[in-house]
Amino acid sequence: MKIGVLALQGAFIEHIAMLHRLGVEVVEVRLPEHLDGLDGLIIPGGESTTIGKLAEMYGLMEPLRAFAAAHPVWGTCAGMIFMAKEIGLSQPLLGLMDIVVERNAFGRQVDSFTTHVTITGLDAPFPALFIRAPRLIEARNGAQIIARLADGTAVAAQENGWLVTSFHPELTNDPRLHQYFLSLVKQGQNV
Amino acid sequence: MENGYQNGRGETGSFKLKAGLAQMLKGGVIMDVVTPEHARIAEEAGAVAVMALERVPADIRVQGGVARMSDPGLIKEIIAAVTIPVMAKCRIGHFVEAQILEALGVDYIDESEVLTPADEQYHVNKHPFKVPFVCGCRNLGEALRRIGEGAAMIRTKGEAGTGDVVEAVRHARTVLGDIRRLQTMPDEELMSYAKEIGAPYHLVVQTKEMGRLPVVNFAAGGIATPADAALMMQLGVDGVFVGSGIFKSSDPASRARAIVQATTHYNNPQILAEVSEGLGVPMTGINVDSLIPAERLAARGW
Repeated sequence: MKIGVLALQGAFIEHIAMLHRLGVEVVEVRLPEHLDGLDGLIIPGGESTTIGKLAEMYGLMEPLRAFAAAHPVWGTCAGMIFMAKEIGLSQPLLGLMDIVVERNAFGRQVDSFTTHVTITGLDAPFPALFIRAPRLIEARNGAQIIARLADGTAVAAQENGWLVTSFHPELTNDPRLHQYFLSLVKQGQNV
Repeated sequence: MENGYQNGRGETGSFKLKAGLAQMLKGGVIMDVVTPEHARIAEEAGAVAVMALERVPADIRVQGGVARMSDPGLIKEIIAAVTIPVMAKCRIGHFVEAQILEALGVDYIDESEVLTPADEQYHVNKHPFKVPFVCGCRNLGEALRRIGEGAAMIRTKGEAGTGDVVEAVRHARTVLGDIRRLQTMPDEELMSYAKEIGAPYHLVVQTKEMGRLPVVNFAAGGIATPADAALMMQLGVDGVFVGSGIFKSSDPASRARAIVQATTHYNNPQILAEVSEGLGVPMTGINVDSLIPAERLAARGW
């Protein structure tokens, strides 16, 4: 199994380290040809405007959409924004998942927080860091909310092989969401 | 050290959250801006954050006088203008300026040698703040002292406002070289080494174990071209600050975009050649060798 991590900007090294820990071969994706031969892709946290603009400049938008149509893709934080259809702001989006996302939904950096989140399909709550994080306002059609905060705010969703999380599993020592994503790849979701 | 702040959703202001935001900025370019219009140009070019200032370092050099924290009104306007994180500078040791910046909702505070120091002995104790701090350094000891005080991100000092990359290179090579040497030291030498460089012992141990600084490490101070940014990235930093280099050049939008691309594709000379073409005149710059000691900002900080 070979997993790509979009390495235009952001916390891609943390995802790569977690995948290595799980014994997975990883490729850094900066140009369209780097998608060849991958079984799945992770879009990391970072600044979504920066990632979107760099993807546009280097002709990655259509290749990423084509890849996602046939493979699992997981977006964390900025990656979730980038995969959304609607965010109410003008910036480059892949528009894969039928979700409405609000950027910086919890406030500025002083409002960033950590808590434990119950996620559908995981045995125990997951330690989650929300850093200038987005939230899900709505998931439509095939997209299902799979995690909410205590106040009901939606923070993760899935649509077949597509997974999005507002928070950063790559900044924790907990590999369960990475393992979950790899299980989607093994099942051949979206293929 | 954890603060134990809560906001109803969970714990806030922890070191992990402070350092975590810097992790999200990696591979990116943080640009100095002095107006909301500059901030929008920077965001449009792909900056990961902006540094809100009244004067870029090159103008502080020319105009002289005491350089202080920016007007809160200007910082608020810049915060309102963009969706990316906004940083602002306080003077070294000026913890009240830092409190004000935290109250304004800036996302990162740069306790910066570019401003005139307020305290010639002590830096701000950064642990009690909910907002994270970035601090400058010239070597490993200085970096670890700042982290020991609570800095969640480090940058080389370089020599701000010169457009001369030589000091940024010197400081990056010194820090990264110090870490490489540290990794070859047997553990019994670490306490004496910590004493020698004036660094907290536990951070020396942690740096040896990790083989890198325990927090994100950017380059700053003199970066003016896409090639400068890529040079710093190839030397091994996590991202770059560009101060005067963008808005003191003839075509800031194009130069900003090019430096963003060069920071991502720092290992691809073909792309570096393409993005370096036709950017107009870079900032004029000052040769660092021509500065008298009193004009060297990097010497500020203890």
